[in-house]
Amino acid sequence: MSSFLFRALDARAGIFVALMALVIVLVPAGNLLVPESSPFHVPTYAVTLMGKYLTYALLALAVDLVWGYCGILSLGHAAFFALGGYAMGMYLMRQIGTRGVYGDPILPDFMVFLNWQELPWYWYGFDMFWFAALMVLLVPGLLAFIFGWFAFRSRVTGVYLSIITQALTYALLLAFFRNDMGFGGNNGLTDFKDILGFDIQADTTRAGLFAASGLALVLCFLICRSITRSKLGKVLVAVRDAESRTRFLGYRVEHYKLFVWTLSAMMAGIAGALYVPQVGIINPGEFAPANSIEVVIWVAVGGRGTLVGAVLGAVLVNFAKTWFTAALPEFWLFALGGPVRLRHTLPAQGHSGPYRERPIDVWQQIGLRPG
Amino acid sequence: MARATSQLYLDGVSVSFDGFKALNELSLTIDPGEMRAIIGPNGAGKTTMMDVITGKTRPDTGEVFFNGTIDLTGEDEAAIAELGIGRKFQKPTVFESHTVWDNLELALKAPRGPFATLFHSITDAEAARIGALLETIRLSSKRDELAANLSHGQKQWLEIGMLLAQDPKLLLVDEPAAGMTDAETAETAELLKEIAMDHCVVVVEHDMDFVRALGVKVTVLHEGSVLAEGSLDHVSADERVVEVYLGR
Repeated sequence: MSSFLFRALDARAGIFVALMALVIVLVPAGNLLVPESSPFHVPTYAVTLMGKYLTYALLALAVDLVWGYCGILSLGHAAFFALGGYAMGMYLMRQIGTRGVYGDPILPDFMVFLNWQELPWYWYGFDMFWFAALMVLLVPGLLAFIFGWFAFRSRVTGVYLSIITQALTYALLLAFFRNDMGFGGNNGLTDFKDILGFDIQADTTRAGLFAASGLALVLCFLICRSITRSKLGKVLVAVRDAESRTRFLGYRVEHYKLFVWTLSAMMAGIAGALYVPQVGIINPGEFAPANSIEVVIWVAVGGRGTLVGAVLGAVLVNFAKTWFTAALPEFWLFALGGPVRLRHTLPAQGHSGPYRERPIDVWQQIGLRPG
Repeated sequence: MARATSQLYLDGVSVSFDGFKALNELSLTIDPGEMRAIIGPNGAGKTTMMDVITGKTRPDTGEVFFNGTIDLTGEDEAAIAELGIGRKFQKPTVFESHTVWDNLELALKAPRGPFATLFHSITDAEAARIGALLETIRLSSKRDELAANLSHGQKQWLEIGMLLAQDPKLLLVDEPAAGMTDAETAETAELLKEIAMDHCVVVVEHDMDFVRALGVKVTVLHEGSVLAEGSLDHVSADERVVEVYLGR
């Protein structure tokens, strides 16, 4: 067990963890301790923006674990992200209490508006943080487990699996748009007041959420890294490269896929749960199929099968997106397409370790370009 | 009864794909410790036979028994591999982005569950076993090389090494000499003979010189069933065999 945990820490992981530790300390400090007049002051909106990037990075990490190491190209990971987000959103809604527009102590505003008389059973328990936190893990995890159980046992692979994951997230999108689902329909959940008793708008809370996102990212990175460096990680790569060979060696491929798939969905759920209090809203738009595809692009830009690359890709692409959509909005999609093309025409360089490989053509993988 | 004492027993096995009979009432018995060569023209059903034995394909009718008592027709690939049947593919299939060492470590007989592998640390005994296997397949100097960088012949050997690492009771070897130079072919025959001393081996091969070098009992398949069986000289004297291979 101890050898499992320490396996993750080598020089390369050490650098990443050290850098992340610096970021986790310096950004909140720059916001809270440095006076606003100083050039080193980090404005609150920047803290929140970077906190959002970190949750995206965690989502990208989750996708890299299944795609980069096990060859499962998920085009539906935003679904797990959004489910984690909704679980957190439900907790935040219940915290509003009588401060809502209608002042109902139990029912969220949208339920009062829809003339609902009582709280639906699936909203019970979400007034307690521990329960919501558990659901953040369990709901995406359970959905992934059931989905994976059927898909992997039936040996659905490649493009077919990718399409089903798209269908999954699209189905959830449609379901959550409906008012009778009880999740706020089109508008989703918003107007949050506080989290764990702290004012959600306060600078200290924002800094705390940023730090929590950073810590979650580091922790999940270490877990992913321990897994990919274990013998299980070698089996995953074996499945990615030659699935039937792995079966003939006596490995139950479906069990391995189910394990990483479920774990990855839970990580995506954590990312969503940290995302929602920082952006202040969760609505069905988060289930949009394009969101899941964008995550795959972040991972592809950063380099799949590297973990650190997924994190860098997510942060860089989203930083560029923020900048472009503000400065040159009409060029953003070209800017997004450029690096992806470049990344897939140049040979991968600078990657080390046993998982070095030829760059992967995303478009070919998802079947948009004939081989 | 032949089944009780056999290592591998096929009786009346038929498989058809969209009306095409790949195997047609195939019956075959391999005795424990035996090495058998299977030959036959393209489409004779050699690979389908291997697929049936290893659980990749379910037979439409017929029985397949391992060790005389274990029914293989209801098991999947992983279960059959765990029972002790190892398979080498026609096209060398190794894990290209793993090193030679890791390829062998993955194949090594050990618990196969996800949680067993997650917390697994390699033991001295395992390392010693991998070292010995590297010697056997003559790849000691390449242990840290990625399998992708090996030559075709070296990949074939690595795959044979992986087969040995599984420590199976029965080895199914599909065209081990395909694409090899004459010298490599001769060496491979020697290696297989060495392996056959303490394993049961079934070799599918096209190369007659190679089969001759093995010097074992030969089964000729044709259109999904056994055409002739016996020593190589015996079957090559058989008129029907000559016709299948040369005629028409």
